[in-house]
Order: sequence, then structure tokens, then C-alpha cells
Amino acid sequence: MGRLFAIEIIYRGIYQKTLASRISRAIVLAAHQEGKPGISFGRYGDSPERNGIPAKNFAIVGTDQETLEQGMAKYEPKEVDITIAVDDTLFKGVESWAWYGLQPVNKLLKPGGTLIVTSRETPEALIKMAHRKETPYQLAIVKGTPSFSGLWVYKDDHTDVRILGAIAKLLPELFSLKSVQKAIVNEWKDPVKAESAARSCERISTTEVMPNQGNPEIPYKFEFPKWHEMGEGIAIPSIPAGRAVEDPVSHATGGFRPDRNPTFKKFTTRTMRPVVNFDTCIKCTLCWLQCPDSCFDVTPEGLYDANMQACCGCGVCEAVCPVKDCVTMVNESEFGDNASQWEDWKKDKAAYKIWLEDKIKTRSERSHGFRYRGQYEEQIPEMLRIAREG
Amino acid sequence: MAQLATVLEDQRQTDETALITGSEAIAVACKLADVDVITAYPIRPYDTVMQYVSKLVSNGELDCEYIVAEGEHSQFEIVKHACAAGARVFCGSSGVGWMYAMEALTVTPALRVPMVAMVGNRALDDPGAFGVEHNDALTVRDLGWQLVWVDTAQEALDTALIAYRVSEDRRIFLPCAISCDGAFLTHSQALVQIPSQKKVNEFLPRYNRADLLLHPDNPITVAPQGNEDWVMEIRRQNYAAMERVSDVLREAYDHFERIFGRSYGNPFFEEFETDDADIVLMGMGTLSTPVKVAIRKMRKEGKKVGFVRMRWFRPFAAAELAECLSRFSAVGVVDRDYSFGSPYMSGVLATEVRSALYSAPGKKPPVVGFIAGLGGREVTVPDVERITEGVYNAAQGRPQPLTQWIGLRE
Ligand code: SF4
Ligand code: SF4
Repeated sequence: MGRLFAIEIIYRGIYQKTLASRISRAIVLAAHQEGKPGISFGRYGDSPERNGIPAKNFAIVGTDQETLEQGMAKYEPKEVDITIAVDDTLFKGVESWAWYGLQPVNKLLKPGGTLIVTSRETPEALIKMAHRKETPYQLAIVKGTPSFSGLWVYKDDHTDVRILGAIAKLLPELFSLKSVQKAIVNEWKDPVKAESAARSCERISTTEVMPNQGNPEIPYKFEFPKWHEMGEGIAIPSIPAGRAVEDPVSHATGGFRPDRNPTFKKFTTRTMRPVVNFDTCIKCTLCWLQCPDSCFDVTPEGLYDANMQACCGCGVCEAVCPVKDCVTMVNESEFGDNASQWEDWKKDKAAYKIWLEDKIKTRSERSHGFRYRGQYEEQIPEMLRIAREG
Repeated sequence: MAQLATVLEDQRQTDETALITGSEAIAVACKLADVDVITAYPIRPYDTVMQYVSKLVSNGELDCEYIVAEGEHSQFEIVKHACAAGARVFCGSSGVGWMYAMEALTVTPALRVPMVAMVGNRALDDPGAFGVEHNDALTVRDLGWQLVWVDTAQEALDTALIAYRVSEDRRIFLPCAISCDGAFLTHSQALVQIPSQKKVNEFLPRYNRADLLLHPDNPITVAPQGNEDWVMEIRRQNYAAMERVSDVLREAYDHFERIFGRSYGNPFFEEFETDDADIVLMGMGTLSTPVKVAIRKMRKEGKKVGFVRMRWFRPFAAAELAECLSRFSAVGVVDRDYSFGSPYMSGVLATEVRSALYSAPGKKPPVVGFIAGLGGREVTVPDVERITEGVYNAAQGRPQPLTQWIGLRE
């Protein structure tokens, strides 16, 4: 038996669907340049491909056909040589859908495997976000803003070929840079893209991540029920009504927190989250009314606290809030937990104000889609700088 | 007035005899079962039941929601939802009407909706024939529908009551289609014993959807989407429910006999003149009439021929049937349906009978398949005699085509 290579590409459903399938396709084509057969596929579904929900594509390559078939006999590889995350907020984990629980981004990596990510963050910032893994692995950062290339647009910022160039360096047994370049020229007829691949291959470096590094939390998970334990008739109990909210300081209760799906927390479906300035909120109820996911808990004093179990990061609350800077979307990588902002504000309003200002100042942007017209143009100088300097 | 009241009360208490068609018998069963929601869309020959039901409704004899939908798909969807919300329901169709409802028909068993439907069996289009063929109802044979074929108006009425009782049993909760041969049963009147309401009430408990009731007091979500992590378990649950049907059916037939005093013997199939038979014929529905007549004639000529009429096709009583058939030296299965490209190109029933025999422990008589009576063509006594001849040949080990067309111009 020859050698089997497995690579997964984790992406944000719809926004990065085309990007992910292009990468996995190009991996197979580059390997094919060296006579290695391979397949590229995605786990298709319905919700898993909806806005922002983490989804996966896979490229499986064998040194020969028989070896490849060994790998293809599985629906989804159980371990991979390389994991590619095309959005760094995916480092918080992958909840592909209900009942899967939270999968660490590095879960499928073989010991010593490589996690490639497109990001502007430092290795330290990224490692902090990912869950701890029992075995060491390598982290490789392809510098750049996370690209979005989904159903409707293709932002051709060379993320695809830069990742391919990096793979040629990190896993030379799979294919060489030359094969990557040949595949690129065949597939895209674009010598500039082949240049980008070479530059990325040259620049890529890795950081070793040890088992004691990363987020120590144990990710939540579920056991699937046996057939005779399940309710019949494809009927499931509805989510119960909610209850009053307790003030963390006075312990007074009031307001309302709806109960939420216990098996799908949406911690990882968003690339941004709203931060709320409770001091300027005029209690107009618009955010609460318009949020498509019923995220807002009503506090005893009638404020609206976006619950991070439910928020998918759509930005509607920011758009409808009539008060300037009262609700601001901030990049998800800025946050280390899913705590209630309102509780933090209640406990220490001065500290909350400093925290809030810092969040808004640093990263009020999302990694795909834009908050306002012209935001893309604003990013171009930085993208060019990264391209020149690495 | 007081006297009239007594007369009416007496009527409630006692059985009566009426001259009615198979369709009317089903409508009467709906009345006796006090069905809550009935949906309809006209297509022959099913539409006869629709006419009788609307008559009962407008005469004030049946108090139900009677909805004429804009097509069969909606017709079956409406009762599916009503049944999920706790209503006892009835609907039905024929031929391509049944096919048009197909999407609703496929989801009904998975949602464990105990809908009772009547199929007025009709040839599928084209060429748009009105007469009977069994392919319409048979299309759902793999999906979790209970399927039963009746051969008289009396049996239609009785079976409808039994179907409600079994389908709505919490152990089952599966839909049931009662097949009535178009024209031969749907349009011919016969004398039928109509049981008293009192007896029916004793036999048939109210439908209780229990934990699966779609109601504000029992907040549930029905039919959320699930993928490969759930599908096998859901199918396995339906498998278990279908597996339980046989026992629940037997209970129901026993109870039926105790209350109504009418016995159907073995619920799954009827045996006619089989005690000393050398060979047997098999079939479903009203085919029994010419077959029984021919058998009486042939018996006078010394031929020991019997008949096994399959009543319940789903569940299929494989072990019992195989045991029964092991007593004979050959079996001729007459299919009023076709299954092009099936093993030996036989009809559906013949294929199932062979499959039931294959893994049975006892003797396996040769099975010859016959395709006859398609599109409502008459199956005549001489046809049955020809069939019998073929079966005798098989019994004597003479090579026989495994599928033969009978009554064809050739
Ligand atoms: S971003 Fe705002 S509107 Fe969108 S889901 Fe989150 S809380 Fe709701
Ligand atoms: S929309 Fe803005 S002002 Fe209105 S309740 Fe929400 S946070 Fe307060």
C-alpha cells in the first residue's frame, strides 16, 4: 500500500463555498501533475451551507489508485495531514450543525500535521483561540485578510493559490511547487497566480503548537440516541418557554430570557458579534424585534443583551439601532468568551466602558461582506503591503 | 314523537341490512367511525365514495369537516396535518390520482400518521382506462403503508373499521390503504350488514394521538429536517411499527368477531376449498368471484383445486403463507398488475409469493405467475380453467413459462 494524503478545508458556508472547492480541486489537480490520483468533495447539506455556518471540503490523494480507494471508502476522513481554515474566526471551533457539538478546528489533524490559516493575527493570538490538542501540531499562517468567495462573488485575491504554494512547502511529498504552478496555469491560465503561489511557498513558516497551548475548555458534545430511545414520528419536543433574568448585582429578577436550542449553540457560526453600549441605549426595542435569531434577552431594567449562544453575527441589530455607536459589530477573534455583556456592565460600568471602547476602536469589521460601501477599497493598501512584504 | 324516538334508538342498537356498493360501505364505515376530517378530489372510481360521504354529510348523518381539495396532493396533505392534530381522517383516490398524491403518501408513514384511505383500484394512465389494476396501490408497498384488498362490500365496511382500530393503535400509527377493485366492487351493490353504532363504539376507541399530538398544550416540532445521522434510526422505527402490525391485527380481528359475530378466520388470507386441494390459485380482490365459480365447476369434474385470496398485502404474512402453500404441489398466482423487468417478469404478488417461499423451512411448490384482468378486463371461468391447467402442468414437472398472460388477444 502506498501513501494516502488527506486535506480538509474548513470554510464559512455560502460566503466561502467557491473558495473552498477551488482549493480542494486545485490540490487534486496539482497532485495529478505528479501522477497521483485524487478526489475532491464537499459534505453537502442544507443548513451546513447556510450563511456563515462552518462547512468542510476534502481533498484525498493517494500515491496509487488502490491506496486512494482505501481513503475513499470513508465518507469523511478520520484524520488529515493538513487542515486549512480560510477564516481565522474558525479557530474557535466548528459546529457544522445541530448535534455535532463543537469540534475543535485541529480535531482531525494527525500528530505533527499542519493547520494552515489565512489571517492577519499573530500565532499567539490564533493559538489562544483554538482548543488544546493532545499531540503537537504545526501552525502555518498565510498572511492576509480572510477571503470571501461564495455563491455570488469571487474575490480573486489569490488566497487559493497562496494556500497551494504553502502546501508545496509544508507537505512536499504531496506535490512540488512546480506541479502547483503547472496546475494553476492549466486551470486558471494566469501566470500571475503561479507567481503568487511561488512567493507564498517561499515565505511560509510554521510554529509548533504544544499540548499545553490553546483554549483549555472541553468542547461541548452530544451522544446520539439509539433508535428505540428516540421519539417516534419525527417529532421532537419544542424548546420550552423562557424565564426571567437575574441581575448579577442586586439579584432582582425580571425581563425575559427565552430558552434556546441546547444542541446547537452557534458559538462558531459568526465572524462578528455585536457589542452594546447600555449607557446610550434608549430601549427602543428595535434590535430585539429585528434580530432574526431572537438573541436578545430582556433584562430586568428593559435593556437588550445579545446572547452569544444564539447570535449568528448577521449585523441586523447594528443596522437597525437608531443610536450612534450603541450597537457595533466587532470581529469575533477579539473575544475570548461568550459571557453576557450586560452582566459585565452591571458589575463594573467604568471597566465596561473601557472594554467597549477598546473593542470598537480595534476591530469593528467583519471578515466577509462589508459594513459600508468603500470598506473593501480601504483594505487594499494593507493587502498590497502584505503581498509585498509577507 | 315518543314512538319515533324509540324507533331511532332501536336503530342505534341493532344491526340493519342495506343494499349498497363497496364505496358506499366505506362511506358508512366513515359514519360509524365518526370520522372528523374527510378530504376529497374526484377521480373515477374513487369518486363514488366521495358522493356517498357528501350525501351523509348533507343529510346530517355524519358531522365532519368535508373538504374538496384542489388536487390529490393537497387532499392527502390536508388529512395528514389534521391527523397529526388528533383528527380521525379519511381520504382516498384512484390510479394516477393516487400517484399525484405520491409525495404526501411517502411522508405519511414516516410521520406515523394513521390515515385511512380507500384506493378504488384503477389502471394507471395511459391509456386512461377506468377499469381495475392493482399497480396504483402497490406503488406504496415499500413505504410503510398497510395495504389490504377486500372482495365484497361487507368486507370493505368491516375492514375499514378494523383499519381504524389497528392504524390508530399507539403501537402502530401507520397509514392504511383499503383497496377496492374499480367497478367490480366500487360500483356494484350487494346486501351488507350494517352494525349498530353501539357495537362500533365498543370496538373502536377514540383516536388518541397522545405524545405525538400537535397541539399548543403539547408543544412539539413535527418533521424537522435530519440527515444521515438520523435517517436509519427513523426507518428502523417504522420497521418496528410494521413488525408489530400482525399481532395488533390479530387482536383486532378476534375482538371484531366477539363483538360483531362475523369471523374472517385467518386475517391475512382467505382459504377456499384448500383442505384437500392438490394445487391452489392465488389472487387479490374481486378476482375471487370467477375463481371460486370456476373451482366449484372444476371440483365437480374431479379436480382438487383450491384458492388462497391474499387479504393483507402489507404486512405480508410470509411464514404463514409459506406454511399453507407447502401443502400443495403447485401454486398459480394471478396478478391483476404487472412489474415489468421483475424476476421472471412476473406480477408483484407472484414475485412476493416466491420470495416468501424461498426462505421458508417447508416444501416449496413451484409457482407459476399469471397476468390477467388488466385494465378491468373480465377474468372468465374458462380463463381460470386455462390457468389451472398450467398449474397442473407445473405440478407434474412439465416445463412451464414462469409468467403467462391470460385473456390476451393473441
Ligand atoms: S448580530 Fe445582532 S441581529 Fe444578528 S443574530 Fe446577532 S444579535 Fe441578532
Ligand atoms: S436598537 Fe439600540 S437603542 Fe434600541 S433597544 Fe436596541 S440597543 Fe437599545
